[in-house]
Amino acid sequence: MTALRETWIISLAALALAFSLVAIFFATTGNSPWEVFYTLYRGAFGSWFSWQNTLVRAAPLMLTALCTVLPARVGLIVIGGEGAVVVGGLCSALVGITLQDQSPVLVITAMVLTGAITGGMWIAAVGALRYFRNVNETISSLLLNYIAIAILNFLVIGILKDPATLNNPSTHSIGEQNMIGQIGDTSIHWGLAYGIIVCVMLWILCRRSTFGFAADVVGGNIRAARLAGLPVAKVLLWCCFLGGAAAGIAGVLEVAAVHGRANSALNAGYGYAGILVAFLARQNPLAVIPYAILLGGIQASGGLLQRAHDLPDATVNVIQGIIFMVILSSEMFYGRFKWLQAKN
Amino acid sequence: MQDVSFWTVIIAVLGGAIRVGTPFIFVSLGECLTEKSGRINLGLEGNLVMGAMVGYAVSYLSGSPWLGVLAAAGSGCVLGILHALLCQHKRVNDIAVGIALMLFASGLAFFYGKPFIQPSAPRLPSLEFGEWSSSPVVRAALDINALFFVGAALAPLLSWFLLRTRWGNAVRVVGESGDAALAMGIPINRVRLLSTMAGGAFAGVGGCYLSLYYPGSWSEGLSSGQGLMAVALVIFARWNPMYCLYASLLFGAAAALGPALQSVGINWGYYLLNAAPYILTLVIMIVTSDRRGTLSGMPGEFVK
Repeated sequence: MTALRETWIISLAALALAFSLVAIFFATTGNSPWEVFYTLYRGAFGSWFSWQNTLVRAAPLMLTALCTVLPARVGLIVIGGEGAVVVGGLCSALVGITLQDQSPVLVITAMVLTGAITGGMWIAAVGALRYFRNVNETISSLLLNYIAIAILNFLVIGILKDPATLNNPSTHSIGEQNMIGQIGDTSIHWGLAYGIIVCVMLWILCRRSTFGFAADVVGGNIRAARLAGLPVAKVLLWCCFLGGAAAGIAGVLEVAAVHGRANSALNAGYGYAGILVAFLARQNPLAVIPYAILLGGIQASGGLLQRAHDLPDATVNVIQGIIFMVILSSEMFYGRFKWLQAKN
Repeated sequence: MQDVSFWTVIIAVLGGAIRVGTPFIFVSLGECLTEKSGRINLGLEGNLVMGAMVGYAVSYLSGSPWLGVLAAAGSGCVLGILHALLCQHKRVNDIAVGIALMLFASGLAFFYGKPFIQPSAPRLPSLEFGEWSSSPVVRAALDINALFFVGAALAPLLSWFLLRTRWGNAVRVVGESGDAALAMGIPINRVRLLSTMAGGAFAGVGGCYLSLYYPGSWSEGLSSGQGLMAVALVIFARWNPMYCLYASLLFGAAAALGPALQSVGINWGYYLLNAAPYILTLVIMIVTSDRRGTLSGMPGEFVK
């Protein structure tokens, strides 16, 4: 925990700098930064309604972020979350449609398992290609995103299409009774709980288990890990699998909690936004939760920004881009300041 | 009848290879130069979108599409410099910065580009080589934009630059081994800055081709990921500028095949055809690399 103080101070300073840059950006467009920030706050966290909106968006971001976080622990930069979401969602929808008439508990369990396994295999394949054939994991996972989306479109417009869905080609419905419901009388579906539980579980795995320690050794120095007799291939593939499984579950949620069927809404960009969350959280599964909520909040306030200040919806992308750049650049300050390091 | 539609598809695909492939040429050459210096710039997608918006806006405001091209190159330069400056620091990851820049640049382009979605700007002129033919398909296919020739000339030029000039050698040394470059006294950061800057400018020009020629207007859905695809394309082309040119045309042809088949009534597999270039690139990556070795032609800095 020696680096905790350093992480906190540098992260907060970076966020402050990022928001100052955003303020300058708004000032150049002729808006009062304070008013825009207030709107941003209102749209994201200002009322119970906006909190619900924020949390609904945060749930898939937590899961897709893990798809970058877990492989990063063994030193791989995977950006294939989008593909894993699509594959997990599509396969789980097929299972859901097939099992439709079984009891809802069984259907949901089968769907989550299918999504996790298929999404996990999708990213494990990336890890295997890297380990056994030295194929750059970043590029191969990017390519797999496009391939997954093409498969989805091909199937959804072709053999799996429900003829009733004309304008927005989709698979058949998994059945209203099988949907994952809302928490209490809020508009937040239970997917949020899935997200938080998976984040906490994987944090425990990374930080409090021998597996997590082995993963850190592999990520730190793969040759040292080999010399120490660690099962490098196994650790590496499991990290990729778990990351992909998390993203696959995000796909399941999109199907089972939001749309009720698989369609092109599965590639709505959660995978790419998840990469952003992962880097903001510095590849820490627990830190993913607050950053996913922050990013979900910024995305949720897009509509209000548009209505209150007549700002285009791309404003949200500009804000995200600035924050992302500043946080990434802040990496250069780690280990530079003596007074931030632990005393001993 | 069957025969006629066959030739229609072939001609449409050949014409499409040039028409759809031209932006690929610019972006992939830009990415190739950047990667030769040892950095991956995933943000070229942002340069592309930004170039499309700036090129279109300047062309509309000034009335001169060529001024638009220049401005697009300028905007790409600025984004390239930003990428290089952020990445030159220790522990700052070039791929992640690329994603951030992609988000930032396309956001900025949509933000400032909103007022330019409606008006129509003067477009880039094209050279009509198909005057002799009475067939509209042939004429459309031979309607070639001047920027294509610029791109086609740029490829051998870049190849010559990298292989035959001192500066090109410096770029390759920096990409092959930063330590060796340091020992030789080559200013690594400056070489990477200039390479990323020039690469960014190429991508900007590729973007303005989209808005100023084909499809020919500015909108938010203009780019279909050509900038991201360029990264795959450069691997496909083994970091060789001439191969980049051929691969771009091949990717263009692949992208034109789906719509061409659709125009003669074949709908089956449209989306799978879209994925063909990606699958092909992945297969090539898998086949040509092995456990110890690397792809031939790959800059050594990527293997560390």
